[in-house]
Amino acid sequence: MRTLARSTAATLAAVTIIALTGACAPPEKETEASTSGAATATSAGALGGMDALIAEAKKEGRLNVIALPPNWANYGEIIKAFGAKYGIEVDSAQPDGSSQDEINAANQLRGQDTAPDVFDLGASVAAANVAMFAPYKVEKFDEIPAGLKDPGGAWANDYGGYMSIGYDSAKVPAPATVADLLKPAYKGKVALNGDPTQAGAAFGGVQMASLANGGTVEDIKNGVDFFGSLKKAGNFLPVDPSPATIESGQTPVVFDWDYLNAAQSKKMPSWKVFVPAGAVLGSYYVQAINKDAPHPAAARLWQEFLYSDEGQNLWLKGGARPVRADAMQKAGTIDATAFAALPKVEGDVVIPTEAQNTKAKEYLTANWTKAVG
Amino acid sequence: MARVIFRWTVLTVMGVFFLLPLVAMVEFSTRDPRTWPLLLDWPRLSTEYPALAEGILASLAQAALTSVLMLVLLVPTAIWVRLRLPRLRRVVEFLCLLPLTIPAIVLVVGLAPVYAWVNYFLGGSSLTLVFAYTVLVLPYAYRAIDTGLSAIDVQTLAEAARGLGAGWATVIWRVVLPNIRSAVLSAAFLTVALVLGEFTIASLLHRTNLQVAIEFLGKSSATVSVAVSLTALLLAFALLLVLSLVGTRSKEKSP
Amino acid sequence: MAEVAPRRVAGRSRPRGGALLGAVPFFAFVTIFLIIPTLTVVIGAFTGDGGRGFTPANVRALADDHILAAFGRSITLSAASAVIGAVLGAVLAYALVTARPHGLLRRVVTAAAGVLAQFGGVTLAFAFLATIGLSGFVTLWLQEHGLDPYARGVWLFELPGLTLVYTYFQIPLMVIVFLPALDGIRPQWREATDSLGGNTWHYWTRVAGPLLAPAFLGSALLLFANAFSAYATAAALVSQGSPIVPLQIRGALTSEVVLGQANLGKAMALGMVVVVAVVMTLYSLLESRTAKWLG
Repeated sequence: MRTLARSTAATLAAVTIIALTGACAPPEKETEASTSGAATATSAGALGGMDALIAEAKKEGRLNVIALPPNWANYGEIIKAFGAKYGIEVDSAQPDGSSQDEINAANQLRGQDTAPDVFDLGASVAAANVAMFAPYKVEKFDEIPAGLKDPGGAWANDYGGYMSIGYDSAKVPAPATVADLLKPAYKGKVALNGDPTQAGAAFGGVQMASLANGGTVEDIKNGVDFFGSLKKAGNFLPVDPSPATIESGQTPVVFDWDYLNAAQSKKMPSWKVFVPAGAVLGSYYVQAINKDAPHPAAARLWQEFLYSDEGQNLWLKGGARPVRADAMQKAGTIDATAFAALPKVEGDVVIPTEAQNTKAKEYLTANWTKAVG
Repeated sequence: MARVIFRWTVLTVMGVFFLLPLVAMVEFSTRDPRTWPLLLDWPRLSTEYPALAEGILASLAQAALTSVLMLVLLVPTAIWVRLRLPRLRRVVEFLCLLPLTIPAIVLVVGLAPVYAWVNYFLGGSSLTLVFAYTVLVLPYAYRAIDTGLSAIDVQTLAEAARGLGAGWATVIWRVVLPNIRSAVLSAAFLTVALVLGEFTIASLLHRTNLQVAIEFLGKSSATVSVAVSLTALLLAFALLLVLSLVGTRSKEKSP
Repeated sequence: MAEVAPRRVAGRSRPRGGALLGAVPFFAFVTIFLIIPTLTVVIGAFTGDGGRGFTPANVRALADDHILAAFGRSITLSAASAVIGAVLGAVLAYALVTARPHGLLRRVVTAAAGVLAQFGGVTLAFAFLATIGLSGFVTLWLQEHGLDPYARGVWLFELPGLTLVYTYFQIPLMVIVFLPALDGIRPQWREATDSLGGNTWHYWTRVAGPLLAPAFLGSALLLFANAFSAYATAAALVSQGSPIVPLQIRGALTSEVVLGQANLGKAMALGMVVVVAVVMTLYSLLESRTAKWLG
């Protein structure tokens, strides 16, 4: 019996040591990709020009993208256009994932052929993971406004929009302000795109509600209280809106980015979008390249495509605002009809900084479940 | 008489409660008349809903592989421990019951670093989930196999076979295994039922399987996802009904 | 001359090391895929964010209001569904036990119970959405007849709804776990009570009741642990707010709004293990008492 106890103790000790060492990541696979020139190129010029980049990318033949839903800002069409233009196969993993899922996947699959090549992240997740990005300046880098990119090229904003309220005009009366949603006509009808403690889009919704009710993006008490009152009035619907629920009429009013609501309008003519006056919360999403991308040249070509005129106009088609809109307007390369079709905004645009977001999140974590749970 | 009335009242009330969601699923899925024809047409299904087709195939492969891995791991170990390491029997039993105390959601939190290594050696396919699933199935499978082994006299069988010159492999494969056939089948069926219903680990390790695919499908097509759920449920019921019939029949056969 | 004859029992003549070798695959597998993840959770719960140093901060964070509330709700949900499941399941089990032991009825219902007990997760959530969801079969029928089940708010996606959905797999689980105990009731006890002048009331409160109590409580505890650990059903049903602990853990791992919570997730996982371990220990104690009389 003593031998059993002793061997058990020895085993447990050994296992603990293994667990502690096992917590560190496996060694990186030395792949061809990590040693090729494309992995460290910081611009197309470094590789010998755009044609050289295209040739390298075609040789790689594949691109791994992650967390890009096809009806999110027209990603479906963008992916198809990229694949058709360069003959590169695009593998779209986890279309439903969050920005954090992208980082987790990159960590889990490091060195694998299926690791994500590029990231499309919310600002907070991007700011927390800059060490994972490979700096690269696209050809049109200088046309991106200064505050919307990393000077070293590690990341840059690409497309964005404003927080809006989409509603089915055939089922509910048109709301003029956010406060209108507290009226009995909207009983059991108002949904938020996700849980604000988990999804960036929903978090933006709370910030917008805060702006609309006299608060700020930093002090979101009014926003959380608004949703609390919405819940008490029985108007708040704790259902995750999706194209299926919108079309079936389960979620007639949805807080979401204007480009996502616009995509729904295309499918359903009675779906209208409005950005409340004086409560214009803007947010851009960030593009970055994975430092350990298995297909570095294809990743860089993808970035070039997204920031090219063609790519930026495809964002417009999806109802999102491209980051180079000003420069393209001046140069006349912008898709004027699509640009004019964007929802009108009245009031100053507020794009929250990371510091403001952090303070808002602290309040949210402590109070959201109390208000809405 | 009162007993019969009591029995049938209870069964009727409960029956209504349990059958109602199934009836509702049938009604809901037929709201769109294209749902069932699409579901029964595999080529069309894989083009229209590739993620669903992928999930179904992944789940079937996972169920088969987990059954095999579970049997290869547990049957020899259970026999070996009974015959040669009786002192370790308590330890093995404890380890096999441990997954009941460690919920899947907790296990998956700790599996991430282990799976980083699995990805390194075996790639990131959904089939590597088989290792985690075998752990989940340990309590049920071990209990089934252990019960089966208790019912036969393993010691005598093994000694007789060894006495006649058989090696250990022959003892396990040709002597003991045929005698615990129904226990092994029972363990395999339980494994398949569990793997087909598993969602937590696949979802949080970002792999695909049937349940993950159904959940994803629910966001785009409510009727097809409900139809698939109903089909999966009915298949599992048929499976377990077969198991209970096979199990009872062999109990009646053995002396 | 006392000579000890070599013992010719099968296996004893081989060195013990060789025997241990046969169990190595199993132990290696369980170590890698069960022990190491568990230790990762335990150690990670006490590690600081970013993987540095030992700190009880994450475990102390479990005492935060919103996490404590989540544990409270998890326990409430598990207890409610366990009690309802235990009572109704026991009644159903008793109804079954009065039927013929190997008859078709009992076999079919037991098989159905086996399936429904495992029928958690996404499929169950969708089944209930199809039944009493916002455009469900029963909801529409009730609304056509003037009753709106959601007049006072949509409760399906909150604790009341989760309790209802959980009973759907708790009742079958109770039937499976409690039926063997009911099978252990011997008709002699009834006869003895009758012959001593007792009636049905006496039988249930003085004889069968106390004998079945440990089994009943043990089964109820098993139901509690089952509900407490459940994740998939709630994940598929609840999309707004993380009312229970497993959903909070998911949020800690995948939230893109509140970052750096991976070790807090491990601390919550550790909390869950502690609760379930306590419940399972009580269950095994009650099991041994049950086995004495009804085994």
